[in-house]
Amino acid sequence: MTAPAEQIAIDLERQREVVSVLRTFLPAASVLFAQEDVKPYECDGLTAYRQVPMVVALPETEQQVCRILRECHARKVPVVARGAGTGLSGGALPLGNGVLLSLAKFTRILDIDYPARTARVQPGVRNLAISEAVAGHGLFYAPDPSSQLACSIGGNVAENSGGIHCLKYGLTVHNILRLRVATIEGDILEIGADALDSPGYDLLALMTGSEGMLGVVTEVTVRLLPKPEYAQVVMASFDDMGKAGDAVANVIAAGIVPAGFEMMDQAATRAVEGFAKAGYRTDVAAVLLCESDGTHEEVADEIRRIQHVMETSGAVQTQVSRDEAERLRFWAGRKAAFPAAGAISPDYYCMDGTIPKKRVGEVLRRIAEMEKKYGLRCANVFHAGDGNLHPLILYDANQPGALERTEAFGAEILELCLDVGGTITGEHGVGVEKINQMCVQFTSPELETFHAVKRAFDREGLLNPGKAVPSLHRCAEYGRMHVHRGQEKFPDLPRF
Amino acid sequence: MSDPVTHLADVIREAAARKRALCIRGGGTKDFYGGEPRGDVLDTKPLRGIVSYEPTELVITARAGTPLEEIETALREKGQQLAFEPPHFDYRPAAPSATGPGGLAVVSDAPQERIATLGGCVAAGLSGPRRAYAGAVRDFILGVRIMNGNGEALRFGGEVMKNVAGYDLSRLTVGALGTLGVILEVSLKVLPIPASEATLKLAAGPDEAIKLMNQWAGKPLPVTATAYRAGSLAVRLSGSASAVSAAVKKMGGEAMDADQAARFWSDVREHRAPFFAGDQALWRLSVKPTTPPMDLAGPQMIEWSGALRWLRSDADAGTIRGAAAHAGGHATLFRAAHKTVAAFHPLSPALESIHRRLKAAFDPAGILNPGRLYPDF
Repeated sequence: MTAPAEQIAIDLERQREVVSVLRTFLPAASVLFAQEDVKPYECDGLTAYRQVPMVVALPETEQQVCRILRECHARKVPVVARGAGTGLSGGALPLGNGVLLSLAKFTRILDIDYPARTARVQPGVRNLAISEAVAGHGLFYAPDPSSQLACSIGGNVAENSGGIHCLKYGLTVHNILRLRVATIEGDILEIGADALDSPGYDLLALMTGSEGMLGVVTEVTVRLLPKPEYAQVVMASFDDMGKAGDAVANVIAAGIVPAGFEMMDQAATRAVEGFAKAGYRTDVAAVLLCESDGTHEEVADEIRRIQHVMETSGAVQTQVSRDEAERLRFWAGRKAAFPAAGAISPDYYCMDGTIPKKRVGEVLRRIAEMEKKYGLRCANVFHAGDGNLHPLILYDANQPGALERTEAFGAEILELCLDVGGTITGEHGVGVEKINQMCVQFTSPELETFHAVKRAFDREGLLNPGKAVPSLHRCAEYGRMHVHRGQEKFPDLPRF
Repeated sequence: MSDPVTHLADVIREAAARKRALCIRGGGTKDFYGGEPRGDVLDTKPLRGIVSYEPTELVITARAGTPLEEIETALREKGQQLAFEPPHFDYRPAAPSATGPGGLAVVSDAPQERIATLGGCVAAGLSGPRRAYAGAVRDFILGVRIMNGNGEALRFGGEVMKNVAGYDLSRLTVGALGTLGVILEVSLKVLPIPASEATLKLAAGPDEAIKLMNQWAGKPLPVTATAYRAGSLAVRLSGSASAVSAAVKKMGGEAMDADQAARFWSDVREHRAPFFAGDQALWRLSVKPTTPPMDLAGPQMIEWSGALRWLRSDADAGTIRGAAAHAGGHATLFRAAHKTVAAFHPLSPALESIHRRLKAAFDPAGILNPGRLYPDF
């Protein structure tokens, strides 16, 4: 996170020009520009950054999307696409000189092919709505980000969203088959197929997680999976973080791939227990939730094995969910972690690094040291199965200097994730939030390659400019303060 | 002697300066695949060895020239596997055919033993019978180190399961046949070997077989492979012993002996099954899984719950490609004595121009495996 910039003033003449062009093919109610109308679009889920857009366009058809892009391209007006606006990295932060292209009206499920187990949907369809629509046929759409009630599938593609079950069922990239994408020039690309693969480069993968920088998704075909017959969860409590970390490794070493595997530290369980009453012990160092799903026979076997591994790894207590209500209650606490943090602190800042699982004990120890250094508390929730760590830094934005200390704390956590061999973002995306840390994770030729890939789709850099990939100039500025792993990252660039 | 990566950078820079094509080659087991290899051979075999393997992280990292078999052996020792079941297509001269009259070994024109490497596996992007159920090579890629056409070593992705920093360029190298860079190192997600396995055989006509395969795939059954050929449908189940035996009871059919089943699936994967013998052109049709039996001249074999159709046919490429496109997919001329048409299905003009620009972004001089993927880039 970097200190939010001042809001850019709108160029009114430019605004009038763009509005009048868009109104030639969009109804007046679909082109917003009055301050009170565009205000709700000023930020996404990362509320620390705000900027009202020059114009908001709300198309209803793919042709309208293409036309908006074509007109903006012709006038060199930058475009930011937005789904449900739940993103946590500011990927949909508008531009004061640009059009915010909202896909909110694309909410139709176009076609469900039950025998082939696919659904063709518009990008504004909510993630959970897909699973709900196909539940009667015993199918579901696997990626389940915590925001799945509200987040849109188009946004999931832009961010390559994961969720609690992604160790076993994969991320968005593993669960989509085909995309229709509008280019900045207003042309439609058909990427992927109804088949399992396509000729040429894997543009489906390239598009997934590209944060709206390469094209605007106008249609998604997702894969549907058979809903597991049954699920049960083991809750294991540990009086030592190291033992909990070992238990995670031991479960995997036993040849088990849990359907969900979560860890919470004491600060997290205390926050959650006060909020959601999930039945977590608050007198222990860590709580693990480990879920098994499949046929009844499979689950019975696996739960027995998981419980055994937890016990031999030193759990002070293990509980197996006795029924579906109890399983949901165990999960309710973990799922309430973010609001619970909001309830005990005026503000919180959610980080999203991924680390090798075996380093979790060490990383949490070093985060505890940073808490002292910055004078801020931090609660940690951890997708233990895939190593994705969400430290929640608790702060009060009204206290002078607290936001700056929080940002510095967050940046140090991300760089710690890199130091132990991880990455700065597991699932929330880079957006505007982690753009400086990209300079630490990647070298200059690597960033240059990203820019070249962007140019292959968007020569003039009009789609979501300024997000996801930093300019080399920006990195040189940032790099003055950061020498990583003893190497200077941009030795060829002048320092200012 | 400089280290292999520095040496590679020198070779690439010199080739770029002279605009001389380089043919990136590991074990050469996939030479038959795609357009004809041409240019000075750049041998990746010196880039060898497993860099790190952490069974509890479910991650292995190895250099591109490492034999696939070495990796699979290391994984097997820890009860793990490459879940996408990559075909090796390595040629091992069998004893009888390698022996000439009088029992003398025929050395002169016997093909060399070839060993598949990890780099070739990723570059070709081919997956085996488990693909429709567990995922393809691209689904298990966590990160790569490549060298681009300017001789720069670049790292994308990493060794962790979830990573959305930067564009997903590691998956872009899968199936790119080396046209975007020389793969130096690969990190893959690995999975445990299932505790139990069973293969059932059922008699069925092609319509019924396709229907059954799709029905199974829509149910919570531990199916990990299907293959249909000439009235016989084989299905493999993998998982816990209890899950497999419960599914066996539900599905019916005749259980195959374990050794025989293992051989059967490895023959399907490695194209050693009788269907693949002989010189007639072999087409690979990737289609929507529920596509009914395809009316094309020549024998077919069906895998991946119907999503993969192998075809032995001398029919005209346009007819075959038209049928595949009509079925929501594409057709590859997989093997042929002489490829008279491009191996891969043509791209739409819009996608083709993006391909060209991507190729130029990674390899501006156009020296890395030119013509392997598409004839003119």
